[in-house]
Amino acid sequence: MSGDPTLERIAQGNGLALFAAGSWTARFAPDLERMVSDAEKLAGSRPNIFIDVSRVSKLDTFGAWLIERLRRSLTQGNVEAKIAGLSANYSSLVDEVRRVKGTPVVETGAVTITGMLDQIGRTMAGIGGTMVGLIDMLGAVLAASGRVLIHPRGFRLTSTVHHLEQVCWRAVPIVVLITFLIGCIISQQGIFHFRKFGADIFVVDMLGVLVLREIGVLLVAIMVAGRSGSAYTAELGSMKMREEIDALRTMGFDPIEVLILPRMLALIIALPILAFLGAMAALYGGGLVAWLYGGVDPEAFLLRLRDAISIDHFTVGIIKAPVMAAVIGIVACVEGLAVQGSAESLGQHTTASVVKGIFFVIVMDGVFAIFFASIGM
Amino acid sequence: MMPQAATDAIIRVRDITVQFGATRVLDGLNLDVKGGEILGFVGPSGAGKSVLTRTIIGLVPKIAGRIEVFGIDLDAASAAARRAVERRWGILFQQGALFSSLTVRQNIQFPVREYLKVSQRLLDEIMVAKLGMVGLRPEVADRFPSELSGGMIKRVALARALALDPELVFLDEPTSGLDPIGAGDFDELVRTLQRTLGLTVFMVTHDLDSLYTACDRIAVLGNGKIIAAGSMADMQASQHPWLRQYFHGKRARAVMG
Repeated sequence: MSGDPTLERIAQGNGLALFAAGSWTARFAPDLERMVSDAEKLAGSRPNIFIDVSRVSKLDTFGAWLIERLRRSLTQGNVEAKIAGLSANYSSLVDEVRRVKGTPVVETGAVTITGMLDQIGRTMAGIGGTMVGLIDMLGAVLAASGRVLIHPRGFRLTSTVHHLEQVCWRAVPIVVLITFLIGCIISQQGIFHFRKFGADIFVVDMLGVLVLREIGVLLVAIMVAGRSGSAYTAELGSMKMREEIDALRTMGFDPIEVLILPRMLALIIALPILAFLGAMAALYGGGLVAWLYGGVDPEAFLLRLRDAISIDHFTVGIIKAPVMAAVIGIVACVEGLAVQGSAESLGQHTTASVVKGIFFVIVMDGVFAIFFASIGM
Repeated sequence: MMPQAATDAIIRVRDITVQFGATRVLDGLNLDVKGGEILGFVGPSGAGKSVLTRTIIGLVPKIAGRIEVFGIDLDAASAAARRAVERRWGILFQQGALFSSLTVRQNIQFPVREYLKVSQRLLDEIMVAKLGMVGLRPEVADRFPSELSGGMIKRVALARALALDPELVFLDEPTSGLDPIGAGDFDELVRTLQRTLGLTVFMVTHDLDSLYTACDRIAVLGNGKIIAAGSMADMQASQHPWLRQYFHGKRARAVMG
């Protein structure tokens, strides 16, 4: 007998009876809501309204609440609408919903101009906060390194080696592959355009300087920020979410020393190695294309390369690498520790870690370019 | 839901075997859960209580056996039939498993919004009603799970499990991590809800108080099988060594006074 729910209206004298029947359950909630909304308009039409629920075959919270809502909107002044024929099975359920205060809290308001200005202001102020956070972390890491230098037993070698494997050894294939391809592309483009004025051979100069000085280290740093910076943020962030970092602190360990220093150190060792491998792969790729596509045979390529580049180009590139690694590591750790309780926050901070990491790497590269130009390297 | 249906088995588990690698966790297990009862499910830590729960709800694959819920064989059922069954049960996970990026309001409304096309007003009203049922005030509606206490998380998770008015609820250690008063309130709450909504409750628990106050029947898991099932009196009369230790140990005596 649990069929579709109905709500019949039957006039009785000067009053009105509403007969509810069928199954008043969540399954039929959309229909029920429509029927109840219609019936609510009857409020005030008759002096005496009651709701008969004796023929309701099945009732759950949805049905009980809608009947209660109907009763409330039909009640006016001191004339209370009555519910009749309630079976004993459901009386406790109806009592339960009767206690509900039908005033749900309002959702947050619409977007306003002041709200948007407020948001912009907060974002700008947040940039200052970010800088302070980064400097704070740099200081904390330096202080922790100092402590470890004085008490070398506090140094976590196993952890450092583990992270070194993750960020360096396992990154080698992808870094070498991508830099190899970039070397090929630079070489091909160079030859294609230089050939127009017969300067094919100068592609070697371009490739050598570009790869060793800029592209090699910059590209590898960007890859590391995307690959390892994000991993650091996600690891530290989820540890923060599950109170693991608080647990460490209460056991008397310094999270900077235990978690962040090994990661930073691994990154600072890894990036120069990866940058070197990347530069070699790019030169190899460029040389290969120059030979196969441009007709510059390997012997000529090497001869030209020896003339075109000096050790300075290589030094400039490799000096930048550990500094960029430190920047990526600090950004990643700051973002990781800033994660709040939700999964969404973890996502936001991981994104921010990669975006800020890459941004600062490029800014650092610009600062280095000015510096090396002024000291004549 | 109705009294006459109370004797039918809502969950019928037959010869279930679950294996992780070489470890056999459940070994030809049989269990019936009757309509309208609160079944307390106990057993030593690591015996596979959570595994059985997760096997019944389909989160852990089994290598043999048959599971019927509401008389529907879950392996043979079509995707649509399975979804229909899933709509009729609610699950309270051990850690609550609230969606951390949604507010309490959105957490409770989420299943309703997915399954039913109803107005925002009704969604809000039902949300407030459910919060009231689990003993929370409407003011918590716009908080995020990370801003709630452990007990509140359990209550909100229960409200979400009840959002669609299920006929069957699985509670995985609902009172673990609550203070004794909070745990007592929670048992009372489960009892009240069971009476009010005519629920069938499958409760994994370690809490002797819960077994005494809330459960109609107790099933005990050991060595991958149900070693005993019955009322509290049956459990206390049992001669099984683990049961004797469990129900006559120091803590049990304290509970029984």
